Amino acid sequence: MAFLHTVANSTTGPRSGLKSRSWTPYLLLAPGLIWLVTFFIFPILSLASTSTMVRPEGAQIGTYVQEFRLANYIDAFQANQEQYLRSFVYAGIATILALAIAYPLAYMIAFKSGKYRNILLVLVVAPFFTSFLLRTVAWTQILGDEGPIVQTLKLLPFVGDSMRLTSTPFAVVSGLTYNFLPFMTLPLYASLERIDPRTLEAAGDLYANGLTTFRKVAVPLSMPGVVAGTLLTFIPAAGDYVNAAILGSPSTKMIGNVIESRFFAIVDYPTAAALSFTLMATILILVTLYIRRSGTDELV
Amino acid sequence: MAGQKVAQDTGDLVLNRVSKLFGDLRAVDDLSLTIPDGSFFALLGPSGCGKTTTLRMIAGLEEPTSGTINIGDTDITTQKPYRRNVNTVFQNYALFPHLTIFENVAFGLRRRGIKDVKGEVDNALALVELGHLAERKPSQLSGGQQQRIAVARAIVNKPKVLLLDEPLGALDLKLRRQMQIELKRIQTEVGITFIHVTHDQEEAMTMADTIAVMNQGKIEQLGSATELYESPRTAFVANFLGQCNLIKAKVQSRSGGKAVVSAKGLNFEIPLTRVSTDSESILMGIRPEKLRLDDHGTNSIKDCVVTDRSFVGTSTQYLVRTPWDLDLVVFEQNDEGLHNLRVGDKVSLEWDPEHTFGLDGSQDVNAGADLDDDE
Repeated sequence: MAFLHTVANSTTGPRSGLKSRSWTPYLLLAPGLIWLVTFFIFPILSLASTSTMVRPEGAQIGTYVQEFRLANYIDAFQANQEQYLRSFVYAGIATILALAIAYPLAYMIAFKSGKYRNILLVLVVAPFFTSFLLRTVAWTQILGDEGPIVQTLKLLPFVGDSMRLTSTPFAVVSGLTYNFLPFMTLPLYASLERIDPRTLEAAGDLYANGLTTFRKVAVPLSMPGVVAGTLLTFIPAAGDYVNAAILGSPSTKMIGNVIESRFFAIVDYPTAAALSFTLMATILILVTLYIRRSGTDELV
Repeated sequence: MAGQKVAQDTGDLVLNRVSKLFGDLRAVDDLSLTIPDGSFFALLGPSGCGKTTTLRMIAGLEEPTSGTINIGDTDITTQKPYRRNVNTVFQNYALFPHLTIFENVAFGLRRRGIKDVKGEVDNALALVELGHLAERKPSQLSGGQQQRIAVARAIVNKPKVLLLDEPLGALDLKLRRQMQIELKRIQTEVGITFIHVTHDQEEAMTMADTIAVMNQGKIEQLGSATELYESPRTAFVANFLGQCNLIKAKVQSRSGGKAVVSAKGLNFEIPLTRVSTDSESILMGIRPEKLRLDDHGTNSIKDCVVTDRSFVGTSTQYLVRTPWDLDLVVFEQNDEGLHNLRVGDKVSLEWDPEHTFGLDGSQDVNAGADLDDDE
């Protein structure tokens, strides 16, 4: 900050207001900075410190001391490999499904909706008006044994009477897909909407049929939206525990469920912290690779 | 698509009784037009006159409500745009922002399954003198450069017809002049039909062999720039192309190859060949530069007053009020004959009969006059 004072003092003359003005950037930054330090930097340091703690022999449950035991990470990972892998597989499938559902939807809203555009956009966001938890619970009704989907499927000749959907990977992935769909749709819409419809017409004028125009012009131009949407879906989905808890069974547990139970049920803070960090690191690496590969660094 | 069939017709572009309705709005109204092979043709009109809709129907981006469009013997009315041997230079260019200049220009060739595009793309870029920018992205180019790339991207496909939709609208005046000459050069060089849509009468007159002036979905008049300017047949054309003085008059006699008309007790002569109506009531038209500040001609008005004067470099423009309070515009060349009048000076006006034209008097004197050039 010292240099700002220098700047302020070196400008002589009647512009005395300059000195007070030079503080404006810091004042504007302050609320966000304080917020980040309090609720992000501090907790993350505390989490890092917890992750290497050890419970002394015979100590009470929930009492840990710092011993910088990095092996906590290896232990935690080895014990939960299966849930860890499952989280990424489920999140990956949910992301692909969400993309498949959201792209045509966003495309339609951006190019074909006309005067209904705003209504459709409100409908995309409408689920946010009710609680995430309640909506997920509602899915247990929809997918339940007496629910409309199972009952309808049972009418088919090759579907057995024992068929069920709740407590299956299908239910968890469906829940994830549904819950994160708006996060996919909105960035896709935003980037599709920015495309000048004339570039699509130009492609048609230059001998590209509908499909080629889509492949060669619409898709590349909407890549920033695809990247943003997949990240906004994949990242929270990989760490999610609500869908697996409500719609799944013990055999569909995700890493989020493990962390949750380690923290609140088993009171094993170091393992929970180590798992959280591993999850964060893995996601960061995957995201970096993904952005590099998609070649949209300059577009994002 | 590889090996896709693109029509390879030759011959004139013919629009036959084409109409296009958007809801109740008749954007193009029973329009028939023949555009000769290899010509530089301009569709000129104010915004909303249907010129862009006409262009889009030729491109295949809109389908006519009725009527047919042919190139030579082939009916292309309902042909998909990507099968037409017609390319478009879009307003604001519509270059593909994610592709390099080279790939933008190669786009059409690749879609038609041509593998070796390098030679043709280089030629097209050389034609617009931008070969050195091949590896840039469109966003790195100036407006004028983007405009030329849009032309190269269309022309590389060697279409039968090139459509230009207000291609110079986004450029500043100086660049626009330069591009007008450039486009004219390219057209002469490649020899394909250019159809140029514009609301800028000067642009149309500079570039096109033939101009169709459109108004409310119809063609008002079709002809060369000189014909349209010197012998307009409607008040709209007279006012839309340049400035025009129109005076309401009654025909007294038609004989000896000339019509004698009267207005406010004064008689004027017009060659009969320049009267485009049989009606008794006519609008007598004289271009401002044809009016002289003298009083010994056949057609003259005495006792006028100068009400405004502005110096515009090559000429001085006067606003002169007639004894019956009609304001006429007079351009006088800034040469030795300059009168150098002041506001309030008494003056007489005169002009040659052969510079006068007679239009149907039932028209609005101001039709097409106050339409702004900028959309």
